[in-house]
Amino acid sequence: MPAVSKGDGMRGLAVFISDIRNCKSKEAEIKRINKELANIRSKFKGDKALDGYSKKKYVCKLLFIFLLGHDIDFGHMEAVNLLSSNKYTEKQIGYLFISVLVNSNSELIRLINNAIKNDLSSRNPTFMCLALHCIANVGSREMAEAFAGEIPRILVAGDTMDSVKQSAALCLLRLYKTSPDLVLMGEWTSRVVHLLNDQHMGVVTAAISLITCLSQKNPDEFKTCVSLAVSRLSRIVSSASTDLQDYTYYFVPAPWLSCKLLRLLQCYPPPEDGAVKGRLVECLETILNKAQEPPKSKKVQHSNAKNAILFEAISLIIHYDSEPNLLVRACNQLGQFLQHRETNLRYLALESMCTLASSEFSHEAVKTHIETVINALKTERDVSVRQRAADLLYAMCDRSNAKQIVAEMLSYLETADYSIREEMVLKVAILAEKYAVDYSWYVDTILNLIRIAGDYVSEEVWYRVIQIVINRDDVQGYAAKTVFEALQAPACHENMVKVGGYILGEFGNLIAGDPRSSPLVQFNLLHSKFHLCSVPTRALLLSAYIKFINLFPETKSTIQEVLRSDSQIRNSDVELQQRAVEYLKLSSIASTDVLATVLEEMPPFPERESSILAKLKKKKGPGAVSVNELEEGKREGGELNGGGERGGDSSAIAASNASTPSPSADLLGLRAGPPVTAAAPSAGSLLVDVFSEAGINDDGFLRDLEPTTESSDSLLAEGPGDSDSAPPSVVSEDPTPLPESDELLNKFVCKNNGVLFENQLLQIGIKSEYRQNLGRIYLFYGNKTSVQFVTFTTTVTCPGELQSQLNVQSKPVEPLIEGGAQVQQVINIECLTDFSDAPLLNIKFRYGGALQNLTLKLPVTINKFFQPTEMASHDFFQRWKQLSQPQQEAQKIFKASHAMDTEVLKAKLLGLGMALLENVDPNPENFVCAGVIQSKAQQVGSLLRLEPNAQAQSGEQMYRLTVRSSKDTVSKRLCELLAEQF
Amino acid sequence: MQFMLLFSRQGKLRLQKWYAPLSDTQKKKISREVIQMVLARKPKMCSFLEWRDLKIVYKRYASLYFCCAVEDQENELITLEVIHRYVELLDKYFGSVCELDIIFNFEKAYYILDEFILGGEAQETSKKNVLKAIEQADMLQEVRNTHTLCI
Repeated sequence: MPAVSKGDGMRGLAVFISDIRNCKSKEAEIKRINKELANIRSKFKGDKALDGYSKKKYVCKLLFIFLLGHDIDFGHMEAVNLLSSNKYTEKQIGYLFISVLVNSNSELIRLINNAIKNDLSSRNPTFMCLALHCIANVGSREMAEAFAGEIPRILVAGDTMDSVKQSAALCLLRLYKTSPDLVLMGEWTSRVVHLLNDQHMGVVTAAISLITCLSQKNPDEFKTCVSLAVSRLSRIVSSASTDLQDYTYYFVPAPWLSCKLLRLLQCYPPPEDGAVKGRLVECLETILNKAQEPPKSKKVQHSNAKNAILFEAISLIIHYDSEPNLLVRACNQLGQFLQHRETNLRYLALESMCTLASSEFSHEAVKTHIETVINALKTERDVSVRQRAADLLYAMCDRSNAKQIVAEMLSYLETADYSIREEMVLKVAILAEKYAVDYSWYVDTILNLIRIAGDYVSEEVWYRVIQIVINRDDVQGYAAKTVFEALQAPACHENMVKVGGYILGEFGNLIAGDPRSSPLVQFNLLHSKFHLCSVPTRALLLSAYIKFINLFPETKSTIQEVLRSDSQIRNSDVELQQRAVEYLKLSSIASTDVLATVLEEMPPFPERESSILAKLKKKKGPGAVSVNELEEGKREGGELNGGGERGGDSSAIAASNASTPSPSADLLGLRAGPPVTAAAPSAGSLLVDVFSEAGINDDGFLRDLEPTTESSDSLLAEGPGDSDSAPPSVVSEDPTPLPESDELLNKFVCKNNGVLFENQLLQIGIKSEYRQNLGRIYLFYGNKTSVQFVTFTTTVTCPGELQSQLNVQSKPVEPLIEGGAQVQQVINIECLTDFSDAPLLNIKFRYGGALQNLTLKLPVTINKFFQPTEMASHDFFQRWKQLSQPQQEAQKIFKASHAMDTEVLKAKLLGLGMALLENVDPNPENFVCAGVIQSKAQQVGSLLRLEPNAQAQSGEQMYRLTVRSSKDTVSKRLCELLAEQF
Repeated sequence: MQFMLLFSRQGKLRLQKWYAPLSDTQKKKISREVIQMVLARKPKMCSFLEWRDLKIVYKRYASLYFCCAVEDQENELITLEVIHRYVELLDKYFGSVCELDIIFNFEKAYYILDEFILGGEAQETSKKNVLKAIEQADMLQEVRNTHTLCI
């Protein structure tokens, strides 16, 4: 294009701009601008009517001044006048000014809307586009009110020009985003979906953004877009690089449209129609294949466009989380990128792998890259890339590599950037606790953490190590010894002194036998730190001293002397003085027995969520952060050491904390320990609970909620007949579950954890564990909005005969869920005898005043109570024959609804809970399993045989499933459940 | 996309386009923060930054930084190519574009952007079609100009 078309000769404007550029100082610039503003003001106010050109020039100058960052409080009217000019450039400047400087003056808005209305009905496509651009740029509510009805008509009208359609689609999208209530669905919606088929690629590109947004909010209404999107994608993916002419970008056919199509598909679950699914899988495979082909150009634009599509495809594969083949291929591809010379690709590969790590199918594949990721953590020059590497290590950590990963993270902490230290500390602390096999390792890790990054170790972290040491008597001696050694360092962090004071005060006796750590040595060591510490730490140490008097009577006189000294008993800090006085008195007047009772060892802590985890969650920022983001966002800002969290712990160690105002309460706290002591007697089993369930499950839930946003297709469905007038929380009859609840139930037959349900408001994560005939389910209710849910109640019921088959007890759940927050509920289940139905979970709450009511099936199925039974081939067939009565067998022949992948089949059968028996069936293609269902009333032995037939006569892949068990109802139910799984 | 900023190495804002409703004060604060953050990056660092709950994607062309803020689930690489396509459009229109072209013809830079990206989403990705639209508008004006002269 020739350079002559630059500008349109507003010479005065050019002069003004160069004047401004020539200004030597800010003051000179302001002076020049004020001069110009005065000039323009006088022109606008002058008697002489300005011609269009001058008006345009002055309005443009005002716009320039505004964009420089100065306030403009006049000229709006002149700009509005320009809108109705019939000269295109005048109109254009007018619209630009209005778009940039919207003003809520109602008189003006009326005039602007009038001008827009005229242009929209002008039938001149250039004018129509200008008007639509203006609406899209401003997007105000007033404009939505005026045009939300008109624009859909323009969009789907048969005679609308392509360029106008494009603008109309995105204009409507903007209005829908700002005022969804004003954009009403109507008969245009179905026609919008068919724009995916439009011949003009530009129209498809613009329309798909609108369709994606509408689908997210109204998935059912736009369901037909899935097959259209798949066929469009397939055409693009299989086209040669020149087919699409100007829509080919650096030899990549339609990269923008491809990405958007893949994104649209992520609003839905995998297509149900086999043919559509097949076609889509083919597309995804082609995209993965293309990544391996030599590049068609060396330009970075080529590889960026190609990889943009690849990453979007991988996101879709992860979203589906059902194609192990593709997941593993995606993982391998990302593995290659981990060592790519482009920093951008390394960054994105690390990010994407984080989500792959939490898929059961690709977790192992991700783990193989551990060395590369550790290397990235050590050598990447860009902190944002290192941060990603740290995230990925956290995500890929499991029992097998925890020690290595924690060690690497610890060593990284020594040089880590300040901005990410606290988060790293939390992550190390969580991993160390979650995967601790022996607790001496855990104690070492946390003490190292304090040594290396003491400043970043929040209270939650050291509270937690103390909770754990108190609850595990096998580690107490080790902890005392280790902390004693750590305190030998000439300069140790105050947090170390706190942990040391607490642990030696409780368990110093366990190492007192060694003359190198005799009571007096311990005391002197602690006291040598005393003067360097802050008031709260000193208070804690004073409590440790009085405990010492109880543990070691030989230290009494030394300690009393310390307490008696002026610096204690007359300390200017009230709390310290009070402690010194009281402890001194207590040690002098109380008998040994009384002292021993008052200062009895802390009872174990009750089971509770790890406060560290709560903190990591909280750290992710305030407000409407969705649960999915919790794991990922490394948000800056947000008070990190916020005190609100500490409630639970501080009550437990109130005695050592300076926060309790009343001295008697203080001492009581010291004696009684945590108020909940009822759980204490069976300390052993409680401990197991604390570690094997509370800690692990909390983290697991974070992980579960993070990657899978599976069911985006269900909007909040009000139970039929339920309305505001329905009596709240009285469930006299069984509520009707959501229509899709059977499908949701089926998803959890072979797995125990994941997202049970999700809609716009609420996400429910589930984690469950079963042992013998007992089960425990943790439900995590996440508020996805920024508004609190009130009167949140849940009810679990067993309809019909299930009442006598299952014993279900649920603990009450908090009635209030803050925006962005989650609450947990524990449900205990006992299987009395075999059963077929599932318990119902009814959830009611108020969101913004409206009562929400939904009912789901709790995924408790008979197979959860399986105990796997290993047996040899001979035994298997013998038992098989024993169960030969016709009613003991149930059989089904059914079509495969997923690809026949041996590894997936195995994984599912293992997930079922039976033992998968190798080398039993003479045909190696077949699978056989054995297990015993544990119920209170009886045990039901079950055998299973699954025969895949990859080439049945019909050309379809088929299965024959046979289940035999000692009870007919069990065979039948297992068969029903399993037929939906393959 | 939430917004797009063009700024010089000295931190002077050359173009700002906002696709989310924000007050002028918020806009100023955000620009300052983002510009400062991007300018502090060294060459060879990756082009993506996490910022609040958004992702910043940026690239430097000669003396100008082009910087987009996109939602969390948005594709970073394709955003990088949005920037490149915009640069190509400017380049083609102005004939090897430089910072000065954008300063002196800022209104054109906005028009071209509106043809390419509308409401934060790609409206037309074909270079030919975008330039055709702009060209047509320029023609309209030239015809009128000559017309005026004749009178």
